[in-house]
Amino acid sequence: MSWLSDEAVARLRHSANEPDLSGTPYRFAGALGRGGMGAVFLVEDSRLARRVAMKVLDLPDRSGDLEARLLREARVLAQIEHPGIVPVHDVGSLADGRVFYTMKYVEGRRLDEWAGSAASLAERLRLFEKICEPVAFAHSRGVLHRDLKPPNVMVGPFGEVLVMDWGVAKIIRATTGAQVASTQFPDAAAPPSASDSKSGAGDTAHGSVLGTPGFMAPEQARGEVAQLDSRADIYSLGAILKFLAAPAAGEKTPRRLAAIITKAMAQDAQSRYASAQELASDVAGYLDGLPIIAYPEGFFGRAGRLIARNRAAVVLVLAYLVMRIVLILWRPR
Amino acid sequence: MADDTNIGGGGGRFPPTRWSAVLAARSDDPAERTRALDLLIGAYWKPVYKYIRIRWNKPSEEAKDLTQEFFTRVIEKGFLDRYDPAKSRLRTFMRVCVDGMVANEAKAASRLKRGGDAVHLSLDFASAETELGRAGPALREIASPDSTEDFFEKEWVRSLFSLAVESLRTECEGRGKQLHFRLFEIYDLDDSGASRASYDDLAREFGITVTDVTNHLAFARREFRRIALEKLREMCASEDEFRREARAILGVDPA
Repeated sequence: MSWLSDEAVARLRHSANEPDLSGTPYRFAGALGRGGMGAVFLVEDSRLARRVAMKVLDLPDRSGDLEARLLREARVLAQIEHPGIVPVHDVGSLADGRVFYTMKYVEGRRLDEWAGSAASLAERLRLFEKICEPVAFAHSRGVLHRDLKPPNVMVGPFGEVLVMDWGVAKIIRATTGAQVASTQFPDAAAPPSASDSKSGAGDTAHGSVLGTPGFMAPEQARGEVAQLDSRADIYSLGAILKFLAAPAAGEKTPRRLAAIITKAMAQDAQSRYASAQELASDVAGYLDGLPIIAYPEGFFGRAGRLIARNRAAVVLVLAYLVMRIVLILWRPR
Repeated sequence: MADDTNIGGGGGRFPPTRWSAVLAARSDDPAERTRALDLLIGAYWKPVYKYIRIRWNKPSEEAKDLTQEFFTRVIEKGFLDRYDPAKSRLRTFMRVCVDGMVANEAKAASRLKRGGDAVHLSLDFASAETELGRAGPALREIASPDSTEDFFEKEWVRSLFSLAVESLRTECEGRGKQLHFRLFEIYDLDDSGASRASYDDLAREFGITVTDVTNHLAFARREFRRIALEKLREMCASEDEFRREARAILGVDPA
């Protein structure tokens, strides 16, 4: 039997894991990472001389479930075209039978890495508003993400936000007009039809738990798949907001901001925000010192917020009043 | 290169209806059971022998006896019946059982008293010793319990890949694709030269185009991957265990 050196074993591990791109217009350029059901590689599309990310099932799929899920993810992405959602370019199968799709290669940092940099709380909250936009759009197209968390959000070099990894997304309301690009090489998988998505092919069975603890809504953690709606994603957004708003040691989260987080992450889904826009609007309101849904105010609360928001003007008025009083009291008789 | 053991090497695959050697090893059918045990022993005997030599610091002769003893128990005493895939991976189970056996000196001593009817496996320990010699100074780094676990895993992967390479060689020869295998052997397996041959070097040496080199290597790697995964699947008791093992063994290290 052949003796394999450590180097040879390492090379075999590496080459066995690489996607077999023979017969495709793609050239291998590196490994990017691994998701729940597949690996993501950097490849160069020789037709357009551009780099794209290729997601490939990492193992043969006897049941066909994972293959259906990967194709479904590609279809979902194709249906929700938005600047904040990574666009799909191509879908097909490799010479070794593994299914793949290609998507825009996003050069940026994961949200959890980005947040560790010197961004101020206000910058982090403004970025959070951007995360809500594609999620709200997906909801408007009847798609739930179901695995929103910092590692699934990329922050681009221009501060743009891309919500990634729609592998466990759930279609709660089918939309029309889905178009998925077909491959131009032999052995390509047939382009999936929109009707497949309407039938819910590859959808998750009731009782299945998909998601990430800490970022998953309670009803999702209980496997109540049939009951899930956009409020499950609202919970996850709340968890992301909590992550971004985490105070430094010795500090406390401002009360109004804490109220937003509490409302977004309410145990009872009905008590959460009705939409991602509503949540984003409350965060914007907090930043601008405006009234927010999550924190009803009485007279004194409102007065305090107005004073805090207009501190310079209030100081000037008070100074003026004090001067007037002083002048009145000291007027020569 | 000759097979260094008559166990496991070149054995046929399991029928698709019973793809797990771990499950087949519990079969009532003696032929199926024997073939399953051949396959498992073929993949595990070298890691076990080397592990006993290094982890337990046993001299060669004693390690040989202990290895024989261990696999005799596997064959004769329904050893794998105790394995529960829900609790651990098979290779972890194997390693823990080896530790238990070697640690129990009283039982280990009894191996010397086994009668003439005892099973004796034909295992090429000389080749395993040669491989240990090649590892050389790296073995001195194996000091902590954690690193012995890594050592066992590493040797297990080496054994699995070696079996897959041999199957690939047989398959290529059977299909008239000796050149494909030769290129794979030179480019992916051979570390004997001072520097690795380039695709251009290989094209010149074999009188083919660089595109042919690329395609032949792609074929050999694709087949290697398929065979390695098939063998791995045979050595797992469940689809879930197979997926976890495959990810651990073929895992991506993002740049």
